[in-house]
Amino acid sequence: MSLGNFLSGDLIGLAFVVAFCALIIIFTYIVRKKSLLSLREIRAFNRVEGAIGKAVEAGKRLQISIGWGKVFGIQGGSGLLGLSVLERISRTASISDRPPVTSSGDGTLSIMSQDTLRSTLHAIGADSRYDPDSGRLAGLTPFSYAAGTIPVIYDEEVSTTILAGHFGSEVALITDASERNDAMSLAGSDSVSAQAVLYATADEPLIGEEIFAAGAYLKAGPVHIASLHSQDVFRWLLAGIILIGALLKLVGVI
Amino acid sequence: MRFQAPISVVIAIAFGLVVLLGYFLDMPLLTAFKNVFVQWALMLAAVALLVGVANLFSVHWRKARRREKGATSSLVLLISLLVTILVTGYFGPTGSWTMWIFNYVQVPLETSLMALLAIVLVYAIAKLFGRRVDLFTLIFIGTALVVLLGTAPLFGVELPGIHGPNGIKYLIAQIPAVGGARGILIGVALGTLATGLRILLGADRPYGG
Repeated sequence: MSLGNFLSGDLIGLAFVVAFCALIIIFTYIVRKKSLLSLREIRAFNRVEGAIGKAVEAGKRLQISIGWGKVFGIQGGSGLLGLSVLERISRTASISDRPPVTSSGDGTLSIMSQDTLRSTLHAIGADSRYDPDSGRLAGLTPFSYAAGTIPVIYDEEVSTTILAGHFGSEVALITDASERNDAMSLAGSDSVSAQAVLYATADEPLIGEEIFAAGAYLKAGPVHIASLHSQDVFRWLLAGIILIGALLKLVGVI
Repeated sequence: MRFQAPISVVIAIAFGLVVLLGYFLDMPLLTAFKNVFVQWALMLAAVALLVGVANLFSVHWRKARRREKGATSSLVLLISLLVTILVTGYFGPTGSWTMWIFNYVQVPLETSLMALLAIVLVYAIAKLFGRRVDLFTLIFIGTALVVLLGTAPLFGVELPGIHGPNGIKYLIAQIPAVGGARGILIGVALGTLATGLRILLGADRPYGG
């Protein structure tokens, strides 16, 4: 391999990924040692546990929407994140008589959500309570996804709607249905347009990349906290590079 | 057959690493493996779609059979699903009747939902005052109004300072909005990378391992 190829953009990308991975491992070690590293308060996550408790007490359901992003597409990350949120929420809500119901807009996500629910119940020794209909395909286009999710909120005594995944502006129809059903809505997305809509329509919107911090706040384990801190380090690094680049451009060096 | 956790984790990590490295390293063998794995993934996605539709059918069949709340809507969905499958299967995906269903059922329904969305959003902005009144809400609503006003001339009249290339709408859309969106997208990209790496490290197992 020539030096030119070695220093190509692809290898810089690989170096970036390897450095990120190394940082996650280092931070995981630090978190496990219980030294430093605290998380700032995010109101939405503080309300999740209360919402789960209320749902369990009232014999109502949690509805978790993990969006219509394709796992094999660019929105795959938010779909996988939605599954991670589903795993944490279903674990916490497992004492309820009515396990959470999940809606997704992609066949693969739908199967994975069923598998996540089954694994969670298996892990706590409650295999018999698994219902494959709890992980549903709501619709394959954005609006059919919204149209398929709304009846779940109305018909299945949902007390809290959690939206974590890829959505578009049609997500407002889901949060509106949630509000009309007196259910609390907690929502985050990787899509900028969905975030703008959610800011106006959700009870507890997650802005920017806050949704990617869900695992850390829902106590999914030290790796989640470590990856959150790794994101912070790289965010500062990138912000610094952008600022330096802007300054150099301003003074005419580049 | 259901894999035991360690095997499924090993398989997921191994395949994930090969695909990841295949994107970065220009090695023929690695690229060939990556392409094969991606093709497999796409085929599995198509099968998953069928399983998803079967799940959709099963959920609504159960609702309709037990006459649960919303059973009528479920019945309408089941009939529509079967008719669409039969028509598409017989006439093909671009057949005249298939396109009729698409143009005269699917498109109008989705367009109606889009129209409804506009009303829901206006209503939501009005209610935002009751839900959260703080500086950010005021900035949000103020910006939305200015951009809305600046999007088209008001009764054919361009307002100075709002419309045009030097108008405030253009400045908001081109500078703070683009900067903010890029900032969010950088954060989202880092979050996506972290999510992917957690799966590669075996810390997140969305495949039920």
